[in-house]
Amino acid sequence: MDKIPDNRAWWLVLPVFLLVAFSALIPLMTVVNYSVQDIFGPGQAYYVGTEWFKEVLADERLQDSLIRQFVFSGFVLLIQIPLGIGVALMMPKSGIKGSLCLILIAIPLLIPWNVVGTIWQIFARGDIGLFGWGINQLGIDYNYTGDTLDAWLTVLLMDVWHWTPLVALLCYSGLRAIPEAFYQAAEIDRASKWAVFRYIQLPRLKSVLIIAVLLRFMDSFMIYIEPFVLTGGGPGSSTTFLSQTLTTMAIGQFDLGRAAAFSLIYFLIVLLISWLFFTAITHADKEK
Amino acid sequence: MAEIQLKALAHSYSDTPTGPDDYAIRQMNHVWHKGGAYALLGPSGCGKSTMLNIISGLIQPSEGEVLFDGKRVNELSPRDRNIAQVFQFPVIYDSMTVYENLAFPLKNNKVPASRIKARVQEIAEVLEIEDKLHKKARNLTADEKQKVSMGRGLVREDVSAILFDEPLTVIDPQLKWKLRRKLKQIHEQFDITMVYVTHDQLEASTFADRIAVMYDGQVVQFGTPTELFEAPNHTFVGYFIGSPGMNIVEVERSSGGVCFGSTVLPLESWQVDILKRMTSANLKIGIRPEFIEISPVSSDDTYEASVRDIEDLGTYKIVTVQLGEHELKVRQGEEFEASIDSPVHLSFPKQWLMLYVDEFLVQEQQ
Amino acid sequence: MRQTHSKNVGITLFILLLLTPVYWLLNMSFKTNQEILGGLTLWPQTFTFDNYAVIFTDPSWYNGYLNSMLYVSINVVITLSVALPAAYAFSRYKFLGDKHLFFWLLSNRMAPPAVFLLPFFQLYSSIGLFDTHIAVALAHCLFNVPLAVWILEGFMKGVPREYDEMAYIDGYSFPRFFIKVFLPMIRSGIGVTAFFAFMFSWVELLLARTLTSVDAQPIGAIMTRTIGASGIDWGVLAAAGVLTIVPGLLVIWFVRNHVAKGFALGRV
Repeated sequence: MDKIPDNRAWWLVLPVFLLVAFSALIPLMTVVNYSVQDIFGPGQAYYVGTEWFKEVLADERLQDSLIRQFVFSGFVLLIQIPLGIGVALMMPKSGIKGSLCLILIAIPLLIPWNVVGTIWQIFARGDIGLFGWGINQLGIDYNYTGDTLDAWLTVLLMDVWHWTPLVALLCYSGLRAIPEAFYQAAEIDRASKWAVFRYIQLPRLKSVLIIAVLLRFMDSFMIYIEPFVLTGGGPGSSTTFLSQTLTTMAIGQFDLGRAAAFSLIYFLIVLLISWLFFTAITHADKEK
Repeated sequence: MAEIQLKALAHSYSDTPTGPDDYAIRQMNHVWHKGGAYALLGPSGCGKSTMLNIISGLIQPSEGEVLFDGKRVNELSPRDRNIAQVFQFPVIYDSMTVYENLAFPLKNNKVPASRIKARVQEIAEVLEIEDKLHKKARNLTADEKQKVSMGRGLVREDVSAILFDEPLTVIDPQLKWKLRRKLKQIHEQFDITMVYVTHDQLEASTFADRIAVMYDGQVVQFGTPTELFEAPNHTFVGYFIGSPGMNIVEVERSSGGVCFGSTVLPLESWQVDILKRMTSANLKIGIRPEFIEISPVSSDDTYEASVRDIEDLGTYKIVTVQLGEHELKVRQGEEFEASIDSPVHLSFPKQWLMLYVDEFLVQEQQ
Repeated sequence: MRQTHSKNVGITLFILLLLTPVYWLLNMSFKTNQEILGGLTLWPQTFTFDNYAVIFTDPSWYNGYLNSMLYVSINVVITLSVALPAAYAFSRYKFLGDKHLFFWLLSNRMAPPAVFLLPFFQLYSSIGLFDTHIAVALAHCLFNVPLAVWILEGFMKGVPREYDEMAYIDGYSFPRFFIKVFLPMIRSGIGVTAFFAFMFSWVELLLARTLTSVDAQPIGAIMTRTIGASGIDWGVLAAAGVLTIVPGLLVIWFVRNHVAKGFALGRV
């Protein structure tokens, strides 16, 4: 529909604006404040300008973490988006079966994140966990606390288990909105299943896929609790992702200034990439 | 081209139908002959879309058979039936251009590329959209999109019948008649069986050679527009066709004919005979506003009624009169004048006075 | 269109795999700690309700659930109340800065946790809201409100403006129109949004833990403290975990039809 220009609409938006601003701007300003100071303890802070930013950009530990983070988020998107779409396509369209599927698939999403970590911590153990024990029974040497590759795979598996349902649910909802007539027309046009997916379903999933991709990118890039509970960042620092490095720096070492500078850079990276995804997908739609 | 026969066909959407109300289509037999242009006319909910979907194979009938050229096709999926169907709202592939949309069914049938090009061009010209071939389908106007939708139905050369489900619903009124004519042209040019579903009698009459009127899950009459007008087989057909529709009055038997209130209408002797043979109490007579005559003087054959209302519609007038307790509408020329409550003398020419028993027309051959 | 056999097999397989860890948790919750640590058994040899009994009788456990449910409910109510008018504005009007405002809202979800926790803690302490349910509810609005606005706007765009105009002609004032006419039309959207708001608030732990200590502690925080003198109380932990899934199941049961009805939404 054509939107009417009317600045009085700001009254409707004001509550949202104030609420979010309250929770966002003040803490943000605090962080900006910290990022230009060297803080030794409460009440002992010295202004250092852009020192931290320069140091942070050169810090190897942070650079390693950043690379690990990109690899992780990359895999997350590569696996979860297609898998989620696939699951949505397989789900029954309606009726009691459809409802049941919906509810069962949503279960991993409803679990508090530390519990997710705990579940997998137990599940992947070789002694008291079905998965760990099962893999070892198959003859494969599996130990997620000791072996880096195993740790990575376990963290990925846990994330796929945890979040694919979100993609599936969003896509399922998007698919339900396609009128039956389109499928009927495709049937009459003798279209193959792949053609139906490519020309009818995928274009209409674009809007939900944007939400899915953005949410998954943002959340995976900022992931903290689940891998922390599962592996604690180890073995060594192989599964220490960005948020954990940051937390250790801020709270563990009480290096608030440096951590604040890095979090601003962190925030800007997420912002930039999200914006890129957003523009890319929306512009793919606007054709000449 | 195919002859489509519906044999003992009935359809219920519920798994365990208990009575006639559970059926969307009640048992019927019907034949659509090869190459004809047909309309399927009826009010919303009468079962027309159901019937169309049964013919194209999108629904399997719960009872009876669908035969194409004598062969049973119930189990054949739509893609195997060589049928094209055009829906109420434009169904196009958004991400493709107009050309790709039209070429799509041909590509799926593995038609050689050179033939595709020629055929798409041909159809685009017929539909007058050849200048839009390279535009993205989603950027077209509603009627252009509907043309593309129709084009996809026409482009296949192996198509034996095309089914239209109220295809002009989204089109602007001034473009509707253009598209209707286009469809008629296409029918003449390509000589394919076409079945056109609509609830608009004008559309039906201009498009079709013969119209099947559906009411409450049954085809109540199948004939040319003239037949439907002059000899409606069912009270519904009388009421639905014509503007305004037929005057229908409930009557009772009386000697030599029927009566309503204090008015006695004599009937032909064969009608009286049939009334004697049939026992039903559901009797109605019908006569079209166009056939009721108003004469200035009374005579043995006339009935006195008073004028209730006169609507001036330009080249003609609709006069509402009251005869006894019933209101009837009479069509008169633009020169007709009368004042409200003034008396008029009506006569009902016997050849246009229809007798309906149990809603169906009683005819001489019975 | 009939559900094909291969689709049925596929989805059943996926669901079975998905539920295996949950089954494992359930399994553990009915075992004693000795059995859990003693070796791997596929179902409890010594079936016990003891773990659940602990949670239902010990206030330090069940209060966690009550606290969580309270602040999540408050959050959903606040989120919907502010997001509905805002989404309406975005769907119907162009106004100064509208595109930028929207992206700014979304960007708040991109703030990484960790360092932002400390300023959050200071902020809520300074206004005296530390360790209250309302604090967590408000804090969660930061990420729930943008998402709610996004989803609701999509649904609202599907309602033609003619309905609004018709209501004004019929004499409705804006609030009456909004509540009596508009909201019922986007029932599905509200159901879907409520579900997502519930979900993201229920599972969030960092903020909830930072802003609370005793009175409003969420169940998640309590679970991270079950390391007793004799080691981790696996049984009780498992039971607590199982119980965290229950409220979510109820919520999605109630909104299943709304989610199933589908939404083809978005700002595109």
